[in-house]
Amino acid sequence: MPLLEIRNLQIDFGRGAKALRAVDGVSLSLEPGQTLCLVGESGSGKSVTALSIARLLASPPAVYAGGEILLAGREVLRMRAAELRQIRGGLVSYVFQEPGASLNPVLRIGNQIQEALQLHRPQAATEAEVIRLLKLVGIPAPETRIKSYPHELSGGMQQRVMIAMALAPQPKLLVADEPTTALDVTIQAQIIELLVHLRQQLGMAILLITHNLGIVGDIADEVAVMYAGQIVERGPAPELLRRPGHPYTRALMNSVPSLDSETDRLTTIAGGVPQLGAFPAGCRFHPRCAIARPECAHASPPLVAVEPRRWVRCPYGNSPA
Amino acid sequence: MLTRLLTRFWWSTVTLLGTAFLTFFLVNAVPGDVAKVIAGSKASGEVLQEIHAKYHLDDPVLKRLGFYFIQLAHGDLGHSYVTDQAVAEAIRIRFPTTAALTGLAVLMWVALAVPLGVLTARFRNSWFDRTILVVATVSLSLPSFWLARVLQYWLAYKLGWFPVGFFRGLVDLLLPAATLALLMVGYYARLVHTNMVEVLDSPYVRAARAKGASETRVLFKHALRNALIPVITMLGMDVASLLGGVLFIENVFALPGIGNLAVQSVLNLDVPMIMGTVLFSATLVVGANWVVDLLYGWIDPRIKSAG
Repeated sequence: MPLLEIRNLQIDFGRGAKALRAVDGVSLSLEPGQTLCLVGESGSGKSVTALSIARLLASPPAVYAGGEILLAGREVLRMRAAELRQIRGGLVSYVFQEPGASLNPVLRIGNQIQEALQLHRPQAATEAEVIRLLKLVGIPAPETRIKSYPHELSGGMQQRVMIAMALAPQPKLLVADEPTTALDVTIQAQIIELLVHLRQQLGMAILLITHNLGIVGDIADEVAVMYAGQIVERGPAPELLRRPGHPYTRALMNSVPSLDSETDRLTTIAGGVPQLGAFPAGCRFHPRCAIARPECAHASPPLVAVEPRRWVRCPYGNSPA
Repeated sequence: MLTRLLTRFWWSTVTLLGTAFLTFFLVNAVPGDVAKVIAGSKASGEVLQEIHAKYHLDDPVLKRLGFYFIQLAHGDLGHSYVTDQAVAEAIRIRFPTTAALTGLAVLMWVALAVPLGVLTARFRNSWFDRTILVVATVSLSLPSFWLARVLQYWLAYKLGWFPVGFFRGLVDLLLPAATLALLMVGYYARLVHTNMVEVLDSPYVRAARAKGASETRVLFKHALRNALIPVITMLGMDVASLLGGVLFIENVFALPGIGNLAVQSVLNLDVPMIMGTVLFSATLVVGANWVVDLLYGWIDPRIKSAG
């Protein structure tokens, strides 16, 4: 049984005529201990999808309009408040984009980690356990650090504290929503390395949200690419990275800067992600697509299984660009 | 830290001296003869001249100001022109009433405003939030003298629940304090509300929810303390200015507080008493600034290390 199974999830912002669909029929699954990377530009709906797993979207304005989210076989969208509190942290933990803003500025970091223990593993809510967790995520001198306030740590250290806090209740799934975007490049690599290492050591599954395909190869078992609220391509990481089937995936890969390329210009994808509620007719990517044909402006392509465990939302994906 | 304290001290002194200077000139710019107030309008020229000589009223303003500052430097606020009572003594006798009134009112409005602000932020845009918004807007736009008179008329005079126009002790401060609290609670409920709404949208509140914290824990452990930081500044300033005299309410309820003392001294052109009450009030405001700063360091760790 998959640890996480999302089926045809639909999330709106607003109700009735004014509703804007931010997530449109997303399906994903993640086996225990595996890593799934959810890739896409800002505004593609990947963070909204990630937050919905523990129903963390503020509602209103968010409305869970359809589909289901099964976490260890339990239907998240039907859970009562008390049940939700159990799975939040206990079964699925989160690491967010801005560690500085995600830690409470007026509470000592030891206190914040201990709180996560009290909520889910009260018998382990000791200072010794907090120190062990800080050591686990590579914080030097954890005995003195537990007394620190968040602002006294660097961005990288703050993110390590967030990870320690997320891991404290021993969750089965760690959702990391762009955990390195706000950090320096050298620190980014360290944090990704830490996540890989922790997964090996602790065996939890990871859902990593990123817009950087460059880090996907280092960590992912599976990849799902999102564009304008839909999955456009899904498959095992090595396969997908070797032979991307959707022109958007290919464009994302081309825009990863590489050290051994001859050109010194960064390749970008022309145009921008369409605004929520202003998605183009037909294929949502066609205005920016390098291989678009006239019919792409009318027909919305379905997500098609091109191979076992491999889905692409483009009928012309394998034709040369 | 030491330089910060010294700078702080220097500016506090400048503020107080500036206040003293300005007040002295303003009081002297008011037309009218103090001697006539003291001796009565039918007093003879000789008597008036005697009074003028006694209080050096004919000296140039700057010379009198100089004398006043020398007196101040000796820690002496002087004596009332009208009653000859020592100014410091008058303030000392009247301060407890104002302090008790303010203290009681602060307790009442904070105890109401914090829960109201928190709940309206938690259930924002609900009918509850909207109702409280209307009530709060009414509360903060009520004229104080009007509300005081209305409450006094109905609750004290008509219904007889409170005494009218005399003062025995703490119990008789309940109605004046409630009046004051009613005038302040609306503003504070909105202030807490606005700050809570902002904090509840912050990433660390989302992170607390993601941990599995209960709603109560999110509101009171994670959000409230952050939301109260700006509220404490306002509270410090308001308490200081109220301790310097609650003018209208003391007046309507005939309370022997600093406010009534200040009003009376202005009506009498009683220069030493005016100076004393104004300086007392200014010192409270400066002192409140210090206290608020100290509280800040305690409630918000980021400020302590920045200093």
